[in-house]
Amino acid sequence: MTALDVRDLTVAYPQAHGRPFRAVERLSFSLRAGRTLALVGESGSGKSSVLKALSRLVRPAEGSILLDGREGVRGREYRRAVQMVFQDPFASLNPSHTVDHHLRRPLLATGRARRGAEADEAVAALLRQVNLTPAADVARKRPHELSGGQRQRVAIARALAPEPAVLLADEPVSMLDVSIRLEILNLLDRLKRERDLALLYVTHDLATARHFSSEIMVMYRGEVVERGPSDEVILDPRHPYTRLLAAAAPRTGASREEVREARRVRLESRARRDAERREVVVGEGCRFRPRCPFAMDSCARRPPEVQVAPPPDGDGGTGHRALCWLYADPAAAAGALPAAGPAAAVPPHRAAP
Amino acid sequence: MTTADITSADATHAPVPAAALPAGPSGGGPGARLAAAWRTVRRSRRLSAGLALIALFLLTAAVGPLLATDPQGFGTDLSQPPSGAHWLGTTQTGQDVFDQLMVSTRTSLLIGFAAALAATAISVVIGIGGGFLGGWSDEALSLLSNVFLVIPGLPLVIVISSYTKGGSLLATIGVIAFTSWAASARVLRAQTLSLRTRDYVLAARLYGERRWRIVLVEILPNEAAIIVSQFIFAVIFAILTQAGLAFLGLQNPSDLTWGNMLYFAQNADALSGGAWWWFVPPGLCIAVFGAAMSLVSFGLDEVLDPRLRVYRPARRGRAGRQRTAPRRTAPQQQAARRQEADR
Amino acid sequence: MNAPATAPAGPGSPAGPDGPDGRDVVLRARDVRVEYDGERPTRAVRGVSFELRRGEVLGIAGESGCGKSTLAYAVTRMLKAPARMTGGSLSFRTREGEELDLLALDEEGLRTFRWSRLSLVFQSAMNALNPVTTVGRQFADVFRAHRPDMGPEERDRRARELLEMVGIDADRVRSHPHELSGGMRQRVVIAMALALEPDVVIMDEPTTALDVVVQREILDEVERLRAELGFSVVFITHDLGLLLEISDRLAVMYAGEVVEYAPAEQLAGGAAHPYTQGLLRSFPDLAGERRELRGIPGSPPDLRGDLAGCAFADRCEHAFEPCRTTAPRLLDLGRAAGPWSAACHLHDPAHRPPAGAPARPGAPAPSDVPAPSDVPAPSGTPVPAGTPEPAPAAPGGGPTTEGRQP
Ligand SMILES: Nc1ncnc2c1ncn2[C@@H]1O[C@H](COP(=O)(O)OP(=O)(O)OP(=O)(O)O)[C@@H](O)[C@H]1O
Ligand SMILES: Nc1ncnc2c1ncn2[C@@H]1O[C@H](COP(=O)(O)OP(=O)(O)O)[C@@H](O)[C@H]1O
Ligand code: SF4
Ligand code: SF4
Ligand SMILES: [Mg+2]
Ligand SMILES: [Mg+2]
Repeated sequence: MTALDVRDLTVAYPQAHGRPFRAVERLSFSLRAGRTLALVGESGSGKSSVLKALSRLVRPAEGSILLDGREGVRGREYRRAVQMVFQDPFASLNPSHTVDHHLRRPLLATGRARRGAEADEAVAALLRQVNLTPAADVARKRPHELSGGQRQRVAIARALAPEPAVLLADEPVSMLDVSIRLEILNLLDRLKRERDLALLYVTHDLATARHFSSEIMVMYRGEVVERGPSDEVILDPRHPYTRLLAAAAPRTGASREEVREARRVRLESRARRDAERREVVVGEGCRFRPRCPFAMDSCARRPPEVQVAPPPDGDGGTGHRALCWLYADPAAAAGALPAAGPAAAVPPHRAAP
Repeated sequence: MTTADITSADATHAPVPAAALPAGPSGGGPGARLAAAWRTVRRSRRLSAGLALIALFLLTAAVGPLLATDPQGFGTDLSQPPSGAHWLGTTQTGQDVFDQLMVSTRTSLLIGFAAALAATAISVVIGIGGGFLGGWSDEALSLLSNVFLVIPGLPLVIVISSYTKGGSLLATIGVIAFTSWAASARVLRAQTLSLRTRDYVLAARLYGERRWRIVLVEILPNEAAIIVSQFIFAVIFAILTQAGLAFLGLQNPSDLTWGNMLYFAQNADALSGGAWWWFVPPGLCIAVFGAAMSLVSFGLDEVLDPRLRVYRPARRGRAGRQRTAPRRTAPQQQAARRQEADR
Repeated sequence: MNAPATAPAGPGSPAGPDGPDGRDVVLRARDVRVEYDGERPTRAVRGVSFELRRGEVLGIAGESGCGKSTLAYAVTRMLKAPARMTGGSLSFRTREGEELDLLALDEEGLRTFRWSRLSLVFQSAMNALNPVTTVGRQFADVFRAHRPDMGPEERDRRARELLEMVGIDADRVRSHPHELSGGMRQRVVIAMALALEPDVVIMDEPTTALDVVVQREILDEVERLRAELGFSVVFITHDLGLLLEISDRLAVMYAGEVVEYAPAEQLAGGAAHPYTQGLLRSFPDLAGERRELRGIPGSPPDLRGDLAGCAFADRCEHAFEPCRTTAPRLLDLGRAAGPWSAACHLHDPAHRPPAGAPARPGAPAPSDVPAPSDVPAPSGTPVPAGTPEPAPAAPGGGPTTEGRQP
């Protein structure tokens, strides 16, 4: 059951000179109730712009957003259905107001509770849901009296107040200490299950993306370059950019040799391109071309989105797809992609001693 | 505006006293709030000194005129130095300087606070309104403030005053307010522009909060500190402006103010005649009152911004990443954190 | 990594001042204590000792606010009021073998010492570049101050060299900081730290504000330069996963103290201190099995005033009676993998945990502790698998290392 369908979403920001800057380009995906979709990509790739469009903080230049299969849902109905958790827990709560205010207002504004005892009870219930107890004490506090993790819980509770069907989480833990990130992610995961939420989890951390989502989309400069089931995308990345990302993630279990080898591969592939010429205009072709170690002539044209994993059961496969010429033409792929490309930097299993 | 108003302005900007408290359960009754505000005040010597002085002035303004007999009444003791009968001596025409000072204090403070209140109200509406609405309304309102900014203030006041010369107190207040709101409107606009894109404002928009609520409930309280300090300086400005106008003879001489006293003293050659008791008291009042207001302003900054305190417990190098786990840290630090989150 | 520092040290003298490889030590901090004055002083660093050997990367890990940056500032003698060093000693051995007492240096001595012998890359230093002048001029300023005999051309040449070295186009000397991306600015800062070829570079969260790819490029660059130029690095971050990969040895800090000191390569498999174990459980491994992930509930203690017993006791799932009353000492575990010590009563022969209570023995080899990814920890079980074993007598009696005085 798709909760939110996004079709050909394009977000463009006006620029002082020249054409509008297209931060998101023809993006399509669906969010399903009770499932997490992860959106990963480096900073500036357009992840937050997607969320701003979905939460209607910016107006998309093109494309449609279907809520429950219906187009053009607006106003209170949309606000009730789609809510968001922001990245920075220190900026997303109003320093002048108590926790209670932060939860009561959305309840009242979206008509989920009536003033008075009903709202009191709803606030307490929300706080309990995000494990902030004793609820009465917490409700009286102001944001500066809470730790980062507690603030983020309040922010989550606020997003839950309108009883949304879709929750957008913009890097919800990147500003938190490692030791509390998991608590927050586990909380989101639990709420997703309990409330049958459709969760869009934006992050640049591949490891948590894999662990907390069933599907992953990898975004590069406004386009999704690879998507598929999370294990497949992370353990067997196909697009050269996803490989770069995967190779950049720290690996706790790796031995020194593996680490050194991975570093050598990275340095080599970087040597093949000019490190700092990232922003060059690539015109029509593949946007990753200036950084891609496998770039070839055909890459000057826009690459097609192709199925990369063989369909296991013949009916469309797992949906693991990449936007790359390497997979468009089997002959070209065989020629250009060395058997042990950067993928070698992702050893399948290092857990066993 | 009374002292109570000033301290309660502080209390309504509630994170402040709360931040000053040793981290404990917040909230509590109004009594607890008051106690917290009191402790906050006591933390800064400048703030307590400033508030004490202003309280003294306000008390004088309130009860002083009751003690004064007839400040305009001409006595027989002309140009007497201070004595038991005339604590601050008499003027050339035999009026009692002390009595005059009592009455002047009331009028001067009235003009100062009323003009500042009006100017601040205008600047809040225009600055915050423009900043929040954005687009055409913002363009228009900021054009307006810019026009008022570039018009040289004092000459304008002088021109208007010469029309209303002999006019009422209200006219003076209006003139001063009308010419002094622009700068603080600009400050408030800039601050609003930055607050408007804060995540908590976006979140309020997301759950469908109405615009006026966003402005009044989500944005305005976070500008309270700025508004208070703008107000304080507006008071000083208004009193100085009125004194200046009076000194130039552009005020109704029947209203006794510090400025008018100086005007009369000047006209009577009190300076060259060595009648220091005539011009020193009003001059001193202006200076001391200005200093007291500045002390309050700095004192407030001090308790609001922990980084200006003698101990600087705010941590350096936090620009890149916000810290977590504030529960264990000093409350001042939490305040620092809040301040930075505010930024 | 290939640092000489990982050469096996004699067990029992892990951090001993005159250990077998004592000659290699460039920087030695002993019992450093720092306070921030205030109504109730914050004791941010509470007796930390460490040694940095030539060419090695020493990682310092720990949550926010546990004193990592304060330690870095103390070691570089950059503490400013209200911070105050209240105890400890710092010594530095130059390349020429001369022993310097850092605490005895005067202003002038300090000025030449910083940059040229030891430099610091601040937390979010990339925002600290002067926005109004070009990168080239900022390099020139450093040279003018420290290498007065350098001519203008030479300064320019050297600045370009340094930029190239960190992977930035030499023509960027003419750029203003705002024209560079965050990653490039951070590289510039690193190039500046290396400008005078110091022996030691201290990096405080140099890459935390950057995204993974840029972070990785910078780390690779630092690693390449280190192999080339042979300086030592103290690398501070809260990202333990990163440290495991890039450092030779690791100090884990909690509440102003070092609670575990271990060879980085083996730490993932055999963390001895419950806090380290908690940190290790706090992030998933990219390619490992999916498993239950937990993190560490609660938050670090208030550092104002004294802490009775073990500072971690409130959050520790193994806490037993002495933990609340007696502060644990940093004891050598006598493991074969190299100098390895932990401050936890579970590893102190003087405080046996009660029979049957969970305890993690000071295991000589990490292999007896299953890699975390093998343990699909059943939810609700308070104890990580592999722990309930009777504790054997600590091998070799576990001599106390210097450091924390009870
Ligand atoms: N200027 C200061 N005044 C008072 N206390 C301070 C100050 N700076 C730091 N502290 C306290 O010292 C302790 C250690 O702070 P420090 O900045 O060294 O932590 P850290 O480990 O580097 O944290 P992070 O990972 O967030 O950078 C904390 O308890 C903090 O509250
Ligand atoms: N309001 C804006 N005006 C102009 N450009 C913007 C705006 N917001 C984002 N961008 C640009 O859009 C791109 C994507 O940004 P963003 O959505 O914030 O990505 P991410 O979340 O991945 O960092 C960036 O190049 C950024 O500079
Ligand atoms: S299309 Fe070409 S340039 Fe783009 S990622 Fe694939 S191989 Fe590289
Ligand atoms: S000493 Fe006790 S409380 Fe502290 S870490 Fe060890 S077992 Fe836990
Ligand atoms: Mg973003
Ligand atoms: Mg730090």
